[in-house]
Amino acid sequence: MIKYFIKRLLWTIPVMLGVLVVVFTITYFTPGDPVMTILGTGYTPERYAAMAHEFGLDKGYFGQIGSYIWNLISQGSFGKSFASNIPIAQEIAIRFPVTLKLALLSTFFVVIVGLPLGILSATKQYSAFDTSLTAVALILCAVPSFILALLSLILFGVKLRWLPISGLDTWKSWILPVATNALGGIAVLMRMTRTTMLEVIRQDYIRTARAKGLKESVVIRRHALQNCLIPVLTVIGSNLTMQLAGAIIIETIFNINGMGMYLMQGILARDYPVINGTVILIAFIVCVMNLAVDLLYALVDPRIKAQYTSGKRKAKAIRKLRSAKTEVE
Amino acid sequence: MRRKKETANIENMEMATRRRGQWRDILGRLFRNKLGTLGVIIVVVLLILIVFAGVFTKYDYSAQDFGSRFLLPSLEHPMGTDNFGRDLWSRLLYGGRISLLVAVVAVIIATGLGIVFGSIAGYFGGKTDLIITRLMDILMAIPALLLAIAISSALGSGPIKTAIAISISSIPHAARIMRSTVMSVKGNEFVEAAQATGSGNTRIIFKHILPNTIAPLIVNATLQLGGCIMSISGLSFIGLGVQPPTPEWGSILAAGRAYIRDFWPIIVFPSLFIVLTVFGFNLFGDALRDALDPRLKD
Repeated sequence: MIKYFIKRLLWTIPVMLGVLVVVFTITYFTPGDPVMTILGTGYTPERYAAMAHEFGLDKGYFGQIGSYIWNLISQGSFGKSFASNIPIAQEIAIRFPVTLKLALLSTFFVVIVGLPLGILSATKQYSAFDTSLTAVALILCAVPSFILALLSLILFGVKLRWLPISGLDTWKSWILPVATNALGGIAVLMRMTRTTMLEVIRQDYIRTARAKGLKESVVIRRHALQNCLIPVLTVIGSNLTMQLAGAIIIETIFNINGMGMYLMQGILARDYPVINGTVILIAFIVCVMNLAVDLLYALVDPRIKAQYTSGKRKAKAIRKLRSAKTEVE
Repeated sequence: MRRKKETANIENMEMATRRRGQWRDILGRLFRNKLGTLGVIIVVVLLILIVFAGVFTKYDYSAQDFGSRFLLPSLEHPMGTDNFGRDLWSRLLYGGRISLLVAVVAVIIATGLGIVFGSIAGYFGGKTDLIITRLMDILMAIPALLLAIAISSALGSGPIKTAIAISISSIPHAARIMRSTVMSVKGNEFVEAAQATGSGNTRIIFKHILPNTIAPLIVNATLQLGGCIMSISGLSFIGLGVQPPTPEWGSILAAGRAYIRDFWPIIVFPSLFIVLTVFGFNLFGDALRDALDPRLKD
C-alpha cells in the first residue's frame, strides 16, 4: 500500500514538470516581442536591452525556462508581471483564496444536493420524481455555466432585482456565482450516482441484506452507498477542476476579483508571465487533486487496496476478501 | 476457377447484406430510444436551418440599420435586432455555420491525432505505449478550458486557430479510447492469423484493427461535438476564439453582454441556440453509444 502511495506521489513530479514545460512553451512561442509590449512605443536600444535583461528575456528558450523552473522551486516565484512589474506570486496570494472559496462552496453544494437526489432517483426508479429529475439533469448537462450565469443574471439580477449582479460584498452576492457554478456539477453527480446506485442495487449482496430483513434505509446506507463512493469521488475531483478552470468566465461575468479575473487581465494585456503563472498554478492544484483522488480510491475500495498490498499482507488481504465473499454468498 | 470466383461473389454479397443488416439493426435501436430520436430531430432541424440559412432569413446578417436598433422579437425580426440594428435570427443562423464548422474541424483534428497516438500506443505496447500514455497524462493534467485559453491567446483569434486550440485539449480523450479499443481488438484470433501469414504492422493496423475501432470513435466524436461547441462559445465569449463582427454564437453573446441590463433577447437567443445544439448532440451521442454497444443488444 505504502509502495503504491510513494509510486503515485513520485509520478506527480514529472507530470507537474511536463505541465510547466507545455504551458511555458505555448506562451514562449507566441508571436510578438514581449519587451516591446512592456515598453510600448518610443524607446532607445539601451532601454530595450536593459528591460530585456531585467526580465531575463535576453536568454534563449532553455535559459528562460531553466531560470523559470529554478525560481519557482527555490523561491516559489512566478516572476513579475510585464504590465505592472508586481511579483505574480504576490497578486495570486491575494486572489487565490477568493477563487478557492468559490470552488469549495460550489463543490460542497454539489455533494449535498447531487448525492441525495441521485440516491432518491435510483431508489424510486421510473417514478414521476425520477423521470422529471433525470430530464432536468439532462438539460442542465447541456448548459455551459457561463450561459447559466448570464441567464440567471437577467432573471434574478435585472428583472426580479432579488440579487446583486456584481462583486462579492454581501452574502447575497455569493448566491448566483455559487449556484451557477454548482448546478452543472449537481446534474453530473446526480446522473452518476443514479447509474452506479442502480447497478449496485441489483447485486446479490443487496438481495442478501434485504433477505436478512434489514430496513431499506439501512440497506441503502450501509450496503449500497459505500459501493458507489468511487464514481462519486471521481465526479467531485473533476468538479473541483472544472470550477477552478471555469473561474475565468464566472469571475469575469460576476466581476469577482479572483484568479480567473487576473488571468483574464493577463490575456487582455498579453502579459505572458501572468498567463503562465495562473495556468501553471491551477494545473498544479489539479495534479495534486488527482493524486488525492487516486489515493482516496485506494483507501475506499478494498479491491484496489488488495491489489497494491505487498507480500504477506497481500495474501492475508486476499484471503480476507475471499472469505468475505463466501460469507456473503 | 470460375466456380471459385462465383462462391467468392456469393460470399461478398452475403457479407454485404449482413453488413447492411447490422446498420439497419443499429439504426432501429437508435430510433427505438425516444431521447435518441429527440436528439436526432434537434440536430437535423438545426443543421437544415443552418445549412440553408439563406432560405430561412430575410435579412443579411451584417446589414446594419440604425433606425431599428434593439427591436423586440416580432414577425419581421423573429428574434429581434442587436445594437447595430442587425437581424438576430440571421446572425444566429449564419453564426451557427461558424460554431458548428469550428467544432467539427476541432473534433476531426482531435480524433485524427487521437487515432495516430492511440493506435501506436495500443498496438506496439511496451515502452512506446508508456511514453505516449505519459505524454497524454500530462496534456490531460491541464484543465481543457485553460489549455485552450493558453493556446488560443498564443495563436490569436480566428476560426481555424480556435479549432486547433480546442482540438489539442481533446486529443488525450480520443487517444485513450483508441488505445484501449486497439488493445482489445489486438487480442483477437484474426489479428494473430494476419501476423502468422506475414502481414506487416501497417497492413494489420489499417486492414484489421482500424475498421473494428470505428464505432467507439464515432460515439466519442459525437459526444465531443457538444463539448466543443461549449468551449468555442466560451472562448469567444471571453474575447478569444472567434471575434466580432464575425457572427458566432459565443461572440454574439460577448457583444451582447454590454446590454444585459436593458435588452434580454441578445443574451437569451444565442444561449438558446448553444444549449439546444449541445443538448441535441449529447442525446444523439448517448443513444448512439447504447445502440452500438452489443452488450445492450436485446
